[in-house]
Amino acid sequence: MTELIGISPQLLFAQVLVGLINGAFYAVLSLGLAVIFGLLNIINFSHGAMYMVGAFCSWLGMQYLGINYWAALILAPVVVGVIGLLIERTLLRRIQHEDHLYSLLLTFGLALMLEGIFVELFGVSGQRYPVPDLLNGGINLGFMFLPIYRAWVVAAAVVVCFTVWYLIERTKLGAYLRAGTENQALVQAFGINVPMMRNLTYGFGVGLAAFAGVLAAPIYSVAPHMGSSIIIVVFAVVVIGGMGSVLGAIITGLGLGVIEGLTRVFYAEISNTVIFIVMAIVLLLRPAGLFGRQS
Amino acid sequence: MNRTTILYAVLLALALVAPFGVYPVFLMKVLCFAIFACAFNLLLGFTGLLSFGHASFFGVAGYVTGNMLRDYGWPVEFAILAGVAAAAILGTVFGWLAIRRTGIYFAMVTLALAQMVYFVCVQAEWFTGGENGLQGVPRGALLGVIDLNNDLSLYYFILAVFIAAFWFIHRTVTSPFGQVLKAVRENEPRAISLGYNVDRYKLMSFVLSATVAGLGGALKCIVFQLTSLTDVHWYTSGEVVLMTLLGGMGTILGPVVGAGTIVTLQNYLASGAFASSVPIVLGFIFVVCVMAFRRGIVGEIHAFVKRSF
Repeated sequence: MTELIGISPQLLFAQVLVGLINGAFYAVLSLGLAVIFGLLNIINFSHGAMYMVGAFCSWLGMQYLGINYWAALILAPVVVGVIGLLIERTLLRRIQHEDHLYSLLLTFGLALMLEGIFVELFGVSGQRYPVPDLLNGGINLGFMFLPIYRAWVVAAAVVVCFTVWYLIERTKLGAYLRAGTENQALVQAFGINVPMMRNLTYGFGVGLAAFAGVLAAPIYSVAPHMGSSIIIVVFAVVVIGGMGSVLGAIITGLGLGVIEGLTRVFYAEISNTVIFIVMAIVLLLRPAGLFGRQS
Repeated sequence: MNRTTILYAVLLALALVAPFGVYPVFLMKVLCFAIFACAFNLLLGFTGLLSFGHASFFGVAGYVTGNMLRDYGWPVEFAILAGVAAAAILGTVFGWLAIRRTGIYFAMVTLALAQMVYFVCVQAEWFTGGENGLQGVPRGALLGVIDLNNDLSLYYFILAVFIAAFWFIHRTVTSPFGQVLKAVRENEPRAISLGYNVDRYKLMSFVLSATVAGLGGALKCIVFQLTSLTDVHWYTSGEVVLMTLLGGMGTILGPVVGAGTIVTLQNYLASGAFASSVPIVLGFIFVVCVMAFRRGIVGEIHAFVKRSF
């Protein structure tokens, strides 16, 4: 292929792929945030920390217990999900009738603690997590080299996102969840255990974050600060997309990842900030977010 | 004299003699963060807006002041004014964007904007010194006469500025303008229906808060002769939230007490074997405050005094 406006197609496609991968993480993380926000009406500031704990779970499991990647993909979300259940049961539930800002502050405090504890235990530098054998290597597509693991991450994230979308929009359980989002008192009056539903939703949401963490482990190094750096971008993604729709969260996440990747090709200086710039523009033009309802 | 006047007189007397018993640089750090936290409290405590991006005003003002002093040789008063002006401009932009959303979204928008400022500061090495920070800022001389390299002179200068800032915040909150802010905090739809242009009040509160936060950052730069990336990092935004929460948001003295407590704690921990555990401790205090101590130290004292007398 010939050069396209001075940019080699290899570079272009490689950055689009990197963008898709980042976008996949944004999508899974913002999906978890949106699910939690829908029912519990809180922004889970410790979402990034949970993602980090998920990555560490898989690394620790491999290092000390010989648990392989595939098992970690199931186990880490379960472990983190249980931590989430405990946090909701012991802390968040007690302040659910207070101003929502308090739950934000609480989860921020938890994130600081978790991050601090992992820095204390493992230091700030990252740990390497090997790519599983099955997904090692890559395919030459002719116009670019596609590492299999990266393709897997995008595929896995998309599958998980659409599974969650199906669960919420098309099943009975999801119907309860959506009803609970609209009017909890009414749903409870129909005999549905809303407190338990909130509990499980929180656990499920942070489990999703941990799943993203396991996916991320072989790509980025496993480090205590990996969560806080990504979660702020995810917050911007959530502001852009609005938390009204599951599909919106997925599309916004992937789309912004690609935009970020393309920026790296065409104007690398602002690749770190482009998502925030998009956020500012969206706030000016559509304050409620692309898929959001005005709160 | 009423009780409040006596309290302030005692506090002022203590502040005047404090540098003879306590290390002045430590006291100045407390005062700088107290200004920062008071400014933040104007927004959170009295307007009900939680900003998670206040570090950018604090840090950017520090960078501007530092550059003016070091590379352009401005007199210290004008360098501070330049820093404060920069914070005010940045605050206007942030506020203008952020008040389009409310509640939790507001917090996320401010956090994201502040992260953008952080990345810009990381890249703009010519202005910020990048990872090394802006080092070797000269302290200068006040009005060209009083040498601020003397810790004691600098302390009294900063104390004077602090008192002015504190009075300014106090004046703002007790003014009719401040009453409107409280109305916005308590019941925004009601304030709208009473005919107040709520967005304009929110924006003004945001800009005032950012400006005074910038004052804290500018002074901090002079005290330590350094502004670094830590000052614009989200962690610093979190610290000021904690200072206000711990001291008691919506109380006039709370942020000062909170700033004093947190800075003391950090200094204490940093000198011991637990230097790296500061975030864990701060996170823990966050959790305890939210779970059991939502009124904060000063708020609890208020409640106690009300109950007992």
